[in-house]
Amino acid sequence: MDFSIQITGFVALYIFMLAAFAGWVIIGHVPAILHTPLMSGSNFVHGIVVVGGMFALLNASTVQEQTIGFFAVLLGAGNAAGGYAVTDRMLAMFQTSGHKPTKHSHAKGSRPKAV
Amino acid sequence: MTMTSIAQLIIGTTDLAAALLFLYGLKRMSSPVTAPSGIFVAGLGMLVAVLASFFYLFDVDAAAKPHLMVNVGLGVVALIAGGGVAWWAGKKVAMTAMPQMVAIYNGMGGGAAGAIAAVELFGGKTPGTTQLVVTLLGALIGAISLSGSLIAWAKLQGVIKKPLRVAGQQYFNLVVLLGTLAVAGYLVFVAQGASSQLLPTPQLIYLFFGCALVYGILMTLPIGGADMPVVISIYNAATGLAVGLEGFVLGNPALMIAGMVVGAAGTLLTLLMAQAMNRSVANVLFTNFGGAPTHKAGHIKGSMKPTAAADAGIAMRYAKSVIVVPGYGLAAAQGQQKLYEFVKLLLAADVSVKFAIHPVAGRMPGQMDVLLAEAGVPYDLIFQLDDINDEFKTTDVALIIGANDVVNPAARTDKGSPIYGMPILNADQAKQVYVVKRGQGKGYADIVNALFYADNCNMVYGDAAAVLTMMIEAVRGLGAKAAA
Repeated sequence: MDFSIQITGFVALYIFMLAAFAGWVIIGHVPAILHTPLMSGSNFVHGIVVVGGMFALLNASTVQEQTIGFFAVLLGAGNAAGGYAVTDRMLAMFQTSGHKPTKHSHAKGSRPKAV
Repeated sequence: MTMTSIAQLIIGTTDLAAALLFLYGLKRMSSPVTAPSGIFVAGLGMLVAVLASFFYLFDVDAAAKPHLMVNVGLGVVALIAGGGVAWWAGKKVAMTAMPQMVAIYNGMGGGAAGAIAAVELFGGKTPGTTQLVVTLLGALIGAISLSGSLIAWAKLQGVIKKPLRVAGQQYFNLVVLLGTLAVAGYLVFVAQGASSQLLPTPQLIYLFFGCALVYGILMTLPIGGADMPVVISIYNAATGLAVGLEGFVLGNPALMIAGMVVGAAGTLLTLLMAQAMNRSVANVLFTNFGGAPTHKAGHIKGSMKPTAAADAGIAMRYAKSVIVVPGYGLAAAQGQQKLYEFVKLLLAADVSVKFAIHPVAGRMPGQMDVLLAEAGVPYDLIFQLDDINDEFKTTDVALIIGANDVVNPAARTDKGSPIYGMPILNADQAKQVYVVKRGQGKGYADIVNALFYADNCNMVYGDAAAVLTMMIEAVRGLGAKAAA
């Protein structure tokens, strides 16, 4: 059986279009309070480039390709590991003062009136 | 089944799972309650995808077979070294230095995308014009993102202190960009079998990457430090796009999806940030903000009225409501802990206290929220601009600590001001305003603040942490006297 993946012209455009739309919709709902962790979190996600780096490195057949491939993996791994470390640290800090953690207390009009 | 198709099946399945986990993880990050699990889910996706990438060794080009063991060894070393150092740095970095750290990690991602393109180009592994054009485009964006992010880091870190501006700079930059594109175009032309070349192909590839890296530097140098968050966000989106494009070249849908999701998300985030500053993205990139001559001080009526920290502290203790406007100066003085200690005293005395955060407070959107969270401030005391701005006029005291430009009323009234039109926090409408400030200097954007001269405003000079300590002692002193 053949499990190799072939992506040609229009299929690629469909994938790009749907992925871009998904990214736009998902991020559109993030409250401003989470913008920094979010920037760092999306920065982490493109660290997946390390997988492409591994592909390039394992397929290298000259010293030049090996050298550049090595840096691709080195930099990609740094992007992924570092991005995870800082995002995780930031998100762990968010906490509520105890009384009912209303999910969207920052959204307009949804704050319960004090009695 | 052959080993090759088993490897392909494993890689295909894990990459699919990784793409799903990334999307689900980002979705969970849209609320503070579920966000920590969101990054964990995304991290899991990354881990399985990286481990599965070793299965590529059963499916390599014939030419690479003799080098396989060396390549695997190099891969393991690169993963451990790159990942290890970045992990260690990420765990150690101070929260205030977060924007430049993100810039570095982002530059690394862009560099990785560029390096993948370089391997494909040097190895002549791009069959067909479409593949070649997409590879070059990804390489261009990745390289600009790498060198540009490093300049952004240097600016935020204070290595580069002043924006570098010379006459005709934008035209020169345009020429460099067009030159880079011309080299790329020539590479495509050569690949289609031009009979005689001006330069051998490898030299052309070096020239192409050199030009792209130089353009990234030139493009970022003239942009002022206050605009760096927007610039980092742009480069974040750019790296995503570059990764997505290289994913297409490698035939890897996980890279395509993750890259494009980040590309779109980063673009939206950039637009939101630029909107918060009431400027277009093109305006941030291509006009020399802050380069205009600064304001004449004679333009503003009144004078700055200093007051003692203890008096201000006691006044707030007897106020009904206080809104705190923190800025980067607070974080620079490491005063968040002291601030929350003071706020807890006020809360204990039944004063209503809220934090008002401007979208661009700190050096990165939302950074102030993170810094307050680090000090233990519950996020239900923290309000964003739109939600709290109408409350200032019914509030007794606005306490401004380390913030400047985001409360400058000139943004509403003075058409000549560089920040005219930027939404600001209406702190000037509170009955009394206290401004805690190191000295009489100007803010990050280098603009005089009319609020400081207003009748209802008093200045408390000093280091934010030291001033807050005095306020705490003054309020505690009251309690002690009452008890005695």
